Amino acid sequence: MNSLWNDREGEFNPVSASDYLPVKKLRELQLQRLKAVIKWAYARVELFRKRCDERNLIPESVQSLADLSKFPFTVKTDLRDTYPFGLFASEMTDIVRLHASSGTTGKPIVVAYTNEDIKVWATVMARTFACAGVHKGDVIQNAYGYGLFTGGLGAHYGAEELGATVIPISGGNTERQIMLMHDFKSNAICSTPSYFLHIIEQAPKLGIDIRDLPIRVGFFGAEPWTDEMGKYVEKMAGIKAIDIYGLSEIIGPGVASMCLEQEGLHIFEDHFYPEIIDPDTGEVLEDGQEGELVLTTLSKRAMPMIRYRTRDITSIITEKCACGRTIRRMQRIGRRSDDMFIIRGVNVFPSQIEAGLLTVEETVPHYQIILTREGGLDQITVEVELTPEAFTDKVSDLERLHKKVATAIENIINIRVTVHLVEPNTIARSQGKAKRLIDRRQEK
Amino acid sequence: MKIKQVSIFLENKPGHLNHACEVVADAGINLITLSLSDTEQFGILRIIVKEWEEAERILLAAGFVVKVTDVIAAEVEDKPGGLQKILSVIENSEINIEYMYAFTVKRNNKAVMMLRFDDADQALQVLEAGGINIIGVDELFAE
Repeated sequence: MNSLWNDREGEFNPVSASDYLPVKKLRELQLQRLKAVIKWAYARVELFRKRCDERNLIPESVQSLADLSKFPFTVKTDLRDTYPFGLFASEMTDIVRLHASSGTTGKPIVVAYTNEDIKVWATVMARTFACAGVHKGDVIQNAYGYGLFTGGLGAHYGAEELGATVIPISGGNTERQIMLMHDFKSNAICSTPSYFLHIIEQAPKLGIDIRDLPIRVGFFGAEPWTDEMGKYVEKMAGIKAIDIYGLSEIIGPGVASMCLEQEGLHIFEDHFYPEIIDPDTGEVLEDGQEGELVLTTLSKRAMPMIRYRTRDITSIITEKCACGRTIRRMQRIGRRSDDMFIIRGVNVFPSQIEAGLLTVEETVPHYQIILTREGGLDQITVEVELTPEAFTDKVSDLERLHKKVATAIENIINIRVTVHLVEPNTIARSQGKAKRLIDRRQEK
Repeated sequence: MKIKQVSIFLENKPGHLNHACEVVADAGINLITLSLSDTEQFGILRIIVKEWEEAERILLAAGFVVKVTDVIAAEVEDKPGGLQKILSVIENSEINIEYMYAFTVKRNNKAVMMLRFDDADQALQVLEAGGINIIGVDELFAE
């Protein structure tokens, strides 16, 4: 077994078996599972049943995979509106885990897992690792945050399922990350790309060149990154940068992953059925056409998601991958169909910032969000225009206002923000919608 | 007698202080004195001018956030303990100084302390009762 042993033809890794199902078998399996999940959700999720009834749909309306397009979409606000447990399909006694992520109004989005769901999650994450040639015998340093965020535990269970050795270091404490990466001879790391950049920048200070270490793969997810950044990381750290995709609403990390060909991401579609739709009309588009990714969980019990609109814009790649996998690939996610942005793995909507500002009486929501990357870490700055009414000529009053604004925003998005009070009318207003978000993270 | 002070909010960015001063200077308004308070994030420029209404108007027109407040100009006696005397009077009363800054009146070379209180009228009474010489508009702006 050499160090780059992977699951190419002739070197088959049983973990990846489902990646290579003959297409016909795969579609049969998907249809069988789709019928079961629609039946399950219809019987147990009130919101879904109500929407089906309105459209005269019954579980038996699914006779082919194409029939899925008749069914209603699920959107993020559905999770908020039914907070906390309204979309659960299993009894609480069967639910073994809850995770939560940030929502649009300060209330988190709650997701649930049964034992079987956790098992599925572990296998798709194990397939993610195997997809990039990481296997039993490798040491995986898991720098995703452990906790309510799905990243940490998702990667952890997957790594154990694979049989690899996990270092559950979680995020932060960069010096220790570098020390253990060196001492424990990590072969792979899971982290946000911005955090790994930070690690790269800090390593020389400890006299360590990451290129000299055994680490060979980075699994980067939870925030978007460009090809350019991937190439930079690969050059600076001597690793392969693997894009992984997932979202809590579907399962967490493990929905799709790059293989070593690094041409798009394989969707683990035996569990997560993809559709691409026109975000304006909701029409299903053919493979190859760009649109919004819609996912249906085919095997999830605790919280089945039928046609969940991810807001991520991509297209299904029609060519077969050189790696031999039969599961389809999608292009890397470059943009979203709404104004949500992801910072340090947390979803934030400009409307959340606005909601925070509106709780402070002295400000009007003339604001602008500026995202920057400093020392490899994403920073969020909110510029807020001062109103004449709020100005008292005392520094202490302005400082109090400044703190009040920062606290109001932080209370909603749970991320530290830098607030700048600015002079009125200095934030550019374009015709119609003000430009709320300036993302300078990709600027060098 | 109270003096009108014009305060201007400034973002802590290059050129903003200069721009505010320029607006005032372009209107032919002479600054008697100015004071700048700043933090890392922002600054407050405070100016004393004879034509304060005009200054307020043009600064507002130029898009600044402006606030006119009452301050008190107290003469500091030119001998040791001069400032101490003013501070003692204030300390022995119930009033609090929000901030203060010093300057010199050009004509007679008097040292003046500009004082900002929450309640200027009350402070005026306290200072006068304490034997502090209050400088009025005429003396302050005398050519």
